[in-house]
Amino acid sequence: MLKKLTLSAVAALTLSAGTALAAGSEGHIEDVQFSFEGPFGKYDQMQLQRGLQVYTEVCAACHGMKQVAFRTLADEGGPALPDDQMRAYAEFYEVFDAELDDTRPAKPTDHFPRSNDPKAPDLSMMAKARAGFHGPYGTGLSQLFNGIGGPEYIVSVLTGYTGETKEEAGSLFYENTAFPGGWIAMPPPLSDEQVEYADGHANDVHHMAEDVSAFLMWAAEPKMMARKEAGFTAVIFLTLLSVLLYLTNKQLWKPIKAGARKD
Amino acid sequence: MSGIPHDHYEPTTGAEKWLHRRLPIVGLIYDTIMIPTPKNLNWMWIWGIVLAFCLGLQIVTGIVLAMHYTPQVDLAFASVEHIMRNVNAGHMLRYLHANGASLFFLAVYMHIFRGLYYGSYKAPREITWIIGMLIYLCMMGTAFMGYVLPWGQMSFWGATVITGLFGAIPLIGESIQTWLLGGPAVDNATLNRFFSLHYLLPFVIAALTAVHIWAFHTTGNNNPTGVEVRRGSKAEAEKDTVPFWPYFVIKDLFALAVILVVFFAIVGFMPNYLGHPDNYIEANPLATPAHIVPEWYFLPFYAILRAFTADVWVVQIANFISFGIIDAKFFGVLAMFGAIAVMALAPWLDTSSVRSGRFRPMFKWWFALLVVDFVVLMWAGAMPAGGIYSTIALIGSAYWFAYFLILLPLLGVIEKPLATPDSIEDDFNAHYGKSGAANQPTPAE
Repeated sequence: MLKKLTLSAVAALTLSAGTALAAGSEGHIEDVQFSFEGPFGKYDQMQLQRGLQVYTEVCAACHGMKQVAFRTLADEGGPALPDDQMRAYAEFYEVFDAELDDTRPAKPTDHFPRSNDPKAPDLSMMAKARAGFHGPYGTGLSQLFNGIGGPEYIVSVLTGYTGETKEEAGSLFYENTAFPGGWIAMPPPLSDEQVEYADGHANDVHHMAEDVSAFLMWAAEPKMMARKEAGFTAVIFLTLLSVLLYLTNKQLWKPIKAGARKD
Repeated sequence: MSGIPHDHYEPTTGAEKWLHRRLPIVGLIYDTIMIPTPKNLNWMWIWGIVLAFCLGLQIVTGIVLAMHYTPQVDLAFASVEHIMRNVNAGHMLRYLHANGASLFFLAVYMHIFRGLYYGSYKAPREITWIIGMLIYLCMMGTAFMGYVLPWGQMSFWGATVITGLFGAIPLIGESIQTWLLGGPAVDNATLNRFFSLHYLLPFVIAALTAVHIWAFHTTGNNNPTGVEVRRGSKAEAEKDTVPFWPYFVIKDLFALAVILVVFFAIVGFMPNYLGHPDNYIEANPLATPAHIVPEWYFLPFYAILRAFTADVWVVQIANFISFGIIDAKFFGVLAMFGAIAVMALAPWLDTSSVRSGRFRPMFKWWFALLVVDFVVLMWAGAMPAGGIYSTIALIGSAYWFAYFLILLPLLGVIEKPLATPDSIEDDFNAHYGKSGAANQPTPAE
């Protein structure tokens, strides 16, 4: 009976129904092996820098990233730009200053601007705001192995265009195998060799999509590496504490249990 | 305080006597942690400590989070991101708090189902059970309001749906809903009062927890046999019990440490697994998410809420005999609260002369089915409404009510319980003694 109870509790915990929905119209999500997956996964600094470049040259035309401050681009565990590069990057943006009642070049403490196009969603947390994996049977259990799949979702959308278009109510929609419903308003943003990487990395659509998705994951979760480290430390120390408490408990109960044998 | 005879605190030094005459607080603490506890308690009795830990964790992390959070509709979402990005260890605090709620509910469900299986709700522990149910209700209110505070899409639309339940009450519903929200819709007034109440309710829970502990320290703990501790004399009671400190404190702490290994692995490595991705999108009253789903711990009751649609015959009958006052929506609300109410009434619905499910051959199976039913309802609650899912949710809801309203009263009459041990000592010796499985070979007497 206790085993049953425990099993059902495990099932209850893993039935992460919060994240488990939308069975019907979900698109196909490709599982990408990112460097930051798993308990020991880390961001790839070079990949984040390439992703920042794709974001700057492509995404930023329409999308904003208002939760992210320029100064964090220099943070360890992120793109880790040298301080002068980060400052130069920030100055590249014009922001409105209420005190001056005018625009000025951005300072490191400023945030990325909001979306230029009101229909383009803010990308600050996009990698956490989409779930790539829902199965099996809508239970979300596959996320235990694949992760929630936000970056994978972004990669799949960016590479999922079929080339078909349709016009509806005066707007053009593009067929996309990953987007829920199959038709997306965003035109295909990437084309091969669109961005010239300084490190000479391959710049086909798929590689650029992966790089920008990794960057957006960092933008959404900049403290991920610190969090995993803290989690790992806690797990190690608590495991040690568990062993010590187990031995203490065993020793403590020994005379009580021995008393039972004497009868 | 306890009805079980045991040693009480005796002040010895002058200072102790001085304090004890004025405020017997040391005696109170001594009697509380030295309470004689049945020595045969199994691993299902550890959840109380886990729950106490969760309450402490939520209060401590919550107080620090409140120092950095802004309950204002234009600033709330950004202030949570400020905590995640700029506050020292803010991301850990928030993930501990968010996942702490899940651990809290996991523990409370284990605790409740343990009580249901071993008959912990039965006389003389009805008050403990009722207080426990009140704590559970406060937990649900606190968790629901806490989930609104980040002001994401699921916060906003969850608040809209759940407060809409009160709008389903005939005649006065709309006024109640407006009063709860502080306006015609979920807005700044709602966020402000939810923040205020989210800060208040945990302290109500803490007070209720003290009463909960007081109540079962008066009756003594239940135990896996359901047989009461013998309390004719101190010597007799000591054969059945050991003091809570150190025996159960260390045992419970060991269990807590193991649970925390898993908890910190989830917080460290997959903190968003139990959350909803839509809540990382700022609340937008103009865009409804495709599926509005509550957190996992509300899903069984959410499934019951949605199960009673207008085409179900009980709903149609209720609608007919109430001259249309009870419609499907209101019926669903009644069913959801009723599902908790029937659980609270378990002490008076269970007619069995035997307390523990261990000695109830028929009850065992129906109870196992109830656990399965709970998990199935949880799954059905996460699925989109309609079709096969509604049917499954309806069958699941029917069994939930049937268990409490039909099976518990009936089983006590038709079931022939097995023989119970004469004492806790006998049970303990049977398990660890020479006839038990866990013993080492002992010389013949």
